[in-house]
Amino acid sequence: MFEAIAFYLFAFLTITMFYITVTTSQALHALTALAAGMIFISAFFFILGADFLGAVQIVVYSGAVMALYAFGMMFFDTTRELKEKQGNKYIIFGLSVLAAVLVVLIFAAPMVSDNITALYPMTEGVGNTQEVGMVLFTKYLVPFEVAAIMLLVAMISGIVLASKQMDVSQTLSKDEPIQESKKGVTS
Amino acid sequence: MEIGLNHYLVLSTILFAIGLIGVLKRKNLLLLFFATEILLNSVNVAFAAISHYHGDLTGQMFAFFVIAIAASEVAVGLGLLIVWHKRHSNIDLDQMSSMKG
Amino acid sequence: MEIYLYIALFAPFVGSMFAATLGASKKTTIAGIIPSLLLFVSFVASSILLNHILSGGEVVHVEMMTWMQTGNLYIPFGFVVDQISVTMMMVVTLVSTIVHVYAIGYMDHDKAFNRFFAWLSAFVFSMMILVMSDNFAGLFIGWEGVGLCSWALIGFWYHKESATWAANEAFIMNRIADLGMLIGIFLVFWNTGTLQYAEAFAAMQFLDQETLTWMGIFLFIGAMGKSAQFPLHTWLADAMEGPTPVSALIHAATMVTAGVYLVVRSNELYSLIPHVGLFIASLGAFVAIFAASMALVNRDIKRVIAYSTLSQLGYMFAAAGLGAYWVALFHLMAHAFFKALLFLGAGNVMHAMNNELDPFKMGGLGKTMKTTMIMMTLASVALAGIFPLAGFFSKDLILEVAFVDHHFIIYTVLLFTAGLTAFYSFRIIALIFHGEDRHTSLGFHPHEAYKFMLVAISPLLILAIIAGFTMKGTFFEMVTQLLPATEYHVHSALTYWIMTIGTQLFVILAIFFAYKKYMASDIKVPDGTSKMENSFVYKLLINQYYIPYFYEEYLVKSYRELSTVFWKQIDQKIVDATVDGIAGVLYNTGENTRVMQSGNLSTMLRWVVIGLVTILSLAVAFGLTVRYLDEIQAILSGLGA
Repeated sequence: MFEAIAFYLFAFLTITMFYITVTTSQALHALTALAAGMIFISAFFFILGADFLGAVQIVVYSGAVMALYAFGMMFFDTTRELKEKQGNKYIIFGLSVLAAVLVVLIFAAPMVSDNITALYPMTEGVGNTQEVGMVLFTKYLVPFEVAAIMLLVAMISGIVLASKQMDVSQTLSKDEPIQESKKGVTS
Repeated sequence: MEIGLNHYLVLSTILFAIGLIGVLKRKNLLLLFFATEILLNSVNVAFAAISHYHGDLTGQMFAFFVIAIAASEVAVGLGLLIVWHKRHSNIDLDQMSSMKG
Repeated sequence: MEIYLYIALFAPFVGSMFAATLGASKKTTIAGIIPSLLLFVSFVASSILLNHILSGGEVVHVEMMTWMQTGNLYIPFGFVVDQISVTMMMVVTLVSTIVHVYAIGYMDHDKAFNRFFAWLSAFVFSMMILVMSDNFAGLFIGWEGVGLCSWALIGFWYHKESATWAANEAFIMNRIADLGMLIGIFLVFWNTGTLQYAEAFAAMQFLDQETLTWMGIFLFIGAMGKSAQFPLHTWLADAMEGPTPVSALIHAATMVTAGVYLVVRSNELYSLIPHVGLFIASLGAFVAIFAASMALVNRDIKRVIAYSTLSQLGYMFAAAGLGAYWVALFHLMAHAFFKALLFLGAGNVMHAMNNELDPFKMGGLGKTMKTTMIMMTLASVALAGIFPLAGFFSKDLILEVAFVDHHFIIYTVLLFTAGLTAFYSFRIIALIFHGEDRHTSLGFHPHEAYKFMLVAISPLLILAIIAGFTMKGTFFEMVTQLLPATEYHVHSALTYWIMTIGTQLFVILAIFFAYKKYMASDIKVPDGTSKMENSFVYKLLINQYYIPYFYEEYLVKSYRELSTVFWKQIDQKIVDATVDGIAGVLYNTGENTRVMQSGNLSTMLRWVVIGLVTILSLAVAFGLTVRYLDEIQAILSGLGA
């Protein structure tokens, strides 16, 4: 009973938050709503007994990703209202729902769901974090290391890309970006 | 009222649909990134749920890797976004038409 | 002995490859010298093999490797050196070595010197495969190889329209005949289950007459093409467009004798079907006189010699058709020597006269070109068959064969042809070397050829003189180990002497007549006004019996019209239209879907999602189909019933 209440509550909250994210015209609102949604998502992980995943979700998303976005947004003019030209709303809505329904259909179909067998069954009496550690550092060691390298590469590329001419202000001097853009076009 | 796997899958689907709508609807690149985060998270929910109901840790493992990918995507994507913004002083999707054939 | 076999076979190939690698670079004499040396090596190896066979050694038979093995078809790259092939090898390597050395001088001023030697050596290699193969498939490879090389060498001066035309004519005519040959080979395989000579001929003894007849006819069609027998003879005279060494090697001494070789090689088959043999002999006799008559009036020295070749090939077929295979082979060998000599002499004359070929414009060349004159005169004497030169022994033998076998019509025709041969041979000799000087007024300043060229061709001269009386006995003993050993003796000695002396007298008379007629001081360059030139017979002969005209007018033209119809109606309206249609559909699809590629990223995202939805729908649809396959089948069968 408690589980059901918690599920519906958090389901309602996540859907609302994400809905705000995709519909609001204020970038700041979207950011805040997204951060909230991420934290609510972690609630599901806790309900499902994936404690470690929940913790990672909060740390990585709310901590790292959202902070990154927040810093990123400092470069852009976020105060003004976003004007977006819209296409046909029904097409967008229809396509999205259709795609999602099809995915569920495939996974929930008896052919697929009946054939799923546990590769690495959970062991009784062991904490989730411990289990995760055991699997991650035995069976998934190589992917884990590769993911680590990927993160490193991403970090370096992020720094390289963003730090070019960091000392020159682009937003304050109006001439610079125009010349830059011309140069960008011609080069 | 037992909460089963299908509940989670439906929830995941709804979130995925919202994310997809965001991807299609948004013209601001930053908000487009937000929408992709939603997509990734919805899938994570499905992974965790399947992992739980089948008693298999593989789903959680995948969720971890998805999170790692999301983090790197943000790092690189934001870097690119900043460079783009420096060049063109906007981050509107409709302005990016240099790929026009 | 195997090593000598491989050396003899592959030395020309190496030479060809060497010259071919230099083919694109500038003329270097080395590109001629190396192939010539390698050919000499091949000649030496062949001589060793000949010595081995002559001294009673075993037949050398090697299987280099398996070529094809599918089902019950087994064809190896097998080579055999027996009495027949060693004769051919000797002829081929000897003549081609001489021609190669000669060509170093003859082609001296040609820009494509290197290319020439590449093709010439490639030709020798193909010819060696042809004569050494131990099965019909290998023979066919060599057969096609010599055809290809001959095409390239006739059309060697490809900037000349007439040369390319002649090359194509030769190639196409040979292809037509090769189809017959191929059918023959198929028949052999079909009925005997093998293409190896030994096994196939052994199996043929048990086949019925009709099958054997068809086999013999189709194989002979192939031989007709290569040996330019009527009605496929027109290409040989036109092939004289090629350089003279090519004419000497390919169109006199070696390639054209491939047909005779095939018949000799298949003697066991033709012995079983004497009626086909008689047909071959009749055709040979006909070609002999037919070609000789055309040679009487022709005003191109190379063409005259080409017709004489044709005529002599007729002699060989007459002998082979009558079952005197060893006589045919003997005449082939002797003919190769003096005919190559005649051609190379003609090459000297051509060189001296700046490629002028009309003997009426020469005259009196004997003063400046004494050596060439002596060589060509002796070669002509040999060709005419005067005792004791080579031609006497081989040609007289053919006449005897016809006589002894009581084929008197063939005998008469061949005898008469012998007279014609003597006449036209000495007609050109007289016109070129004797009589009044007619060339100086036309602005020619002839000179003798290089010394080394004359030295190079001297072995041919010696052989043309002595081949008859020194080799006949040995040759007979050697080849009759493989070929039917029929000795031809006229029953009474009196008849024999009357025949021989009568023939000799007839021939000598013809020679004197030729000298008398064409050494006269009033010979002028014909201008189409004299009485003789307007006579019907002359016109018939100079136009080659209107056969090329007939081919052009009735075969080529109708074929061209048919091709035009096919081109316009079928190729353009059906084939091309289909291809264009496919391209058009693709092009229009691209043109219409180009709008999708607007460069707008959000539009692209939308397309991505549409694609995703499509693929997912397909997955679901296929999944459902597989899941409910049985039900669907039941419903469908219900509908059908």
